[in-house]
Amino acid sequence: MTTKVQAPTAAGGKTGSGDAAASGVSPALALLAGWLVPGAGHLLLGKWVRATLLMVSIVGMFAIGIALAGKVYTPNTGEPLDMLGFAGDFGSGLLYGLARVLGWGQAPVLVAVADYGTKFIVVAGLLNVVAAVDAHSLASGRKPS
Amino acid sequence: MNLSHFSAVLLFSLFTSIVFAITRRAEPKKMVRFGALCFALFVSGTIAASWVMWLIKH
Repeated sequence: MTTKVQAPTAAGGKTGSGDAAASGVSPALALLAGWLVPGAGHLLLGKWVRATLLMVSIVGMFAIGIALAGKVYTPNTGEPLDMLGFAGDFGSGLLYGLARVLGWGQAPVLVAVADYGTKFIVVAGLLNVVAAVDAHSLASGRKPS
Repeated sequence: MNLSHFSAVLLFSLFTSIVFAITRRAEPKKMVRFGALCFALFVSGTIAASWVMWLIKH
């Protein structure tokens, strides 16, 4: 009669570094990719389910904000609140660049729903920064899995 | 596109809760629980704040 004994693994959380950290992806690359394209940082780390959910959520929020005729902030307007709005929008990475190039979100906000759209766009950028930092933490091993 | 205020709340809560759940928890089961908690708190908090504003107005 034999007894099976399992060796301690990284998945057990004992070592503090998970599969993502062992993937060989640089934390800086995961951060940059995650910022430029929502979910790309997690995709590089092989976490495609999380990547898909993050992409759908962040791109969905951004798209709804644009569809609601929300405002896309521009830098250097001189207004402190506009600068904060720009900082939030800029977190969307390439989505922000796309919106600027295509001229989305430049119409004046006239109705309450459009103001909601502005908030959707800003929050999408902020959530994208959170997701990119999470990809960095996974790649560096600070977050176990 | 035109959304009602309540559907805007639901969409905002859904997407935000998904990102919070994935980034703040490490295990899938805990992610689901935390995401559901965030969603419930977002929606119930908004409804509660709406009633507070209604009471202040009246």
